[in-house]
Amino acid sequence: MDSFLWVVRIGAIVLLIWGVAGTVVQGLSGQGPTGEAWRDLVVAGIAQGAMYGLIALGYSMVYGVLGFINFAHGEVFMSGGMVGFFVANYLWEVGLWETNFVLAILLVLLSSILTSTLVAVIVERIAYRPLRASPRLIPLITSIGISFFLQYTFAGLFGVAVKNYPPPPESLRSRISLLGLEIEGSKLLVIVVAVATMVGLYLFVEKTRTGRSIRAVAEDKEIAALMGIDVNRTIVATFAVGGAMAGVAGTLWALLFRGVSFITGFLPGIKAFTAAVLGGIGNLPGAMAGGVLLGLFEGVGPQLVLAGFGIPGVSQLKDVVAFTALVLVLIFKPTGLFGERLSAEDRA
Amino acid sequence: MLEIWGLHKSFGGVHALAGVDLRVDEGEIVSVIGPNGAGKTSFFNVVTGLYLPDGGDIMFEGRSIVGLESSEITEAGIARTFQNVRLFLNMTVLENVMVAQHCRTRAGAFRAVLRTPFLRKEEAEIEARAKETLAFFGSRLVGYRFDQPALSLSYANRRRLEIARAMATRPKLLLLDEPVAGMNPRETAELTGLIRKLRDEMGLTVVVIEHDMRVVRDVSDRVIVLDHGVKIAEGSYDEVSSDEAVIEAYLGRPAEVG
Repeated sequence: MDSFLWVVRIGAIVLLIWGVAGTVVQGLSGQGPTGEAWRDLVVAGIAQGAMYGLIALGYSMVYGVLGFINFAHGEVFMSGGMVGFFVANYLWEVGLWETNFVLAILLVLLSSILTSTLVAVIVERIAYRPLRASPRLIPLITSIGISFFLQYTFAGLFGVAVKNYPPPPESLRSRISLLGLEIEGSKLLVIVVAVATMVGLYLFVEKTRTGRSIRAVAEDKEIAALMGIDVNRTIVATFAVGGAMAGVAGTLWALLFRGVSFITGFLPGIKAFTAAVLGGIGNLPGAMAGGVLLGLFEGVGPQLVLAGFGIPGVSQLKDVVAFTALVLVLIFKPTGLFGERLSAEDRA
Repeated sequence: MLEIWGLHKSFGGVHALAGVDLRVDEGEIVSVIGPNGAGKTSFFNVVTGLYLPDGGDIMFEGRSIVGLESSEITEAGIARTFQNVRLFLNMTVLENVMVAQHCRTRAGAFRAVLRTPFLRKEEAEIEARAKETLAFFGSRLVGYRFDQPALSLSYANRRRLEIARAMATRPKLLLLDEPVAGMNPRETAELTGLIRKLRDEMGLTVVVIEHDMRVVRDVSDRVIVLDHGVKIAEGSYDEVSSDEAVIEAYLGRPAEVG
């Protein structure tokens, strides 16, 4: 078994090197993307990855505290983006979107955060809390049910058509020069907001009293209760914070892609879950880094590796690359890149 | 301070506690001894609300605490340690002790996010008190140790940290479950001294479950012996150690002569 794993590992490395070498040969012979095209792929990858990272935090936090994957988290993200659209559309109609974009986008962001937080907390209260004592498989299956429930509730309420946010102002669509790099304004904004949010979350979890409670509950609920921590309230706080992160991601999604529909949460949700596993489930800095890395793999991987084999239309294969990256990481390091953070219960 | 009548707890036909009566007076150090499976740890679990008793009553300072949440029992003033040390291993030494003060603080989650001046003051107090509590164990858990994860501590230090965490809940009654298990003789002697200090200087009442008879002899005002979920003897160490029922419980009945 062990020797088989090594064969797979070595095979993976050989294929990887082969693909990259092929791309390099193509590049030297003047074919393939230009330097600027590569730069755009990297920036787009990081921006999308930063958004994945924000969603991944919600998966990782809930897993840390309750030990199951909340598959409805993608829909928590979608609900924020969806309600954000209606706010954005209204602001567009009254003209605020064009006259004061900063205020408009802040209002959209706020509504998105509030919606996602609310949805996450309500789902916890109605669907997960009654199942607290059951085996973990049961809330897991429930979360898949909640995921469909939310998708089709939104489809029923708002229709299945893709809703497009109003176009961002010219300044965000043009390129901004930063440290000699020309970066598209909206992508830069996404990266800055995502990084600021992640830093804020990290400080919240590490430095505040509620953060300390969350970590204590994640490790040992029984002892946390014995120390006078209100476990239920702490779990609600965990869902609320994870939901808020997803809400921020909802607005960032709108900045990157503009279109939202009831199904928008599905693929980013699965990708963010992948990112959380990639970084080591339960490990918050790991989830952030996992998200950015996954975005990079997805953005650059098709051109860098697949194009080297002479495969046509590689950019359409980015989902394949993303999930292959997960498989590769798990083959080499089953606990994720930065290690799992386990509770006392799981450690035993 | 603690009065218990007819305490019953069984697990699928096994009577872990089969009608235990006992009392602990304020300022006492009481040892609970007995062979493995005698019901000692079950007794702690029932008193601290981890298990609900099947029968009997537990009075703490004149008030029944049966059916209270374990957090409420902690608030009432009972703290404990565990036989198999249960720390928050991913958290730092200081954080472990700070978390234990949650039951004594008032600022809620809302204030925690807003970081009001009141909260900041309270946080600073919590931190200062945590450091003070850790200093109880001399230099072992202070200085650079504050910010190390509990995971990095030696076994003996983990036991000390667990006692510090229990102390930080500001209890009146402290329940220690095999506090010297796995410690070497020198560390054992040191901790024996600390247990007395807990009573003499901090004014705590202490109940100790212990297998090490030298510790039992050195710290106990009174010894209670449990076997098969019932109290079989009670008294000073000397009385108990010469009690026939106790010797029989530990060593078995001597073969009939003749």
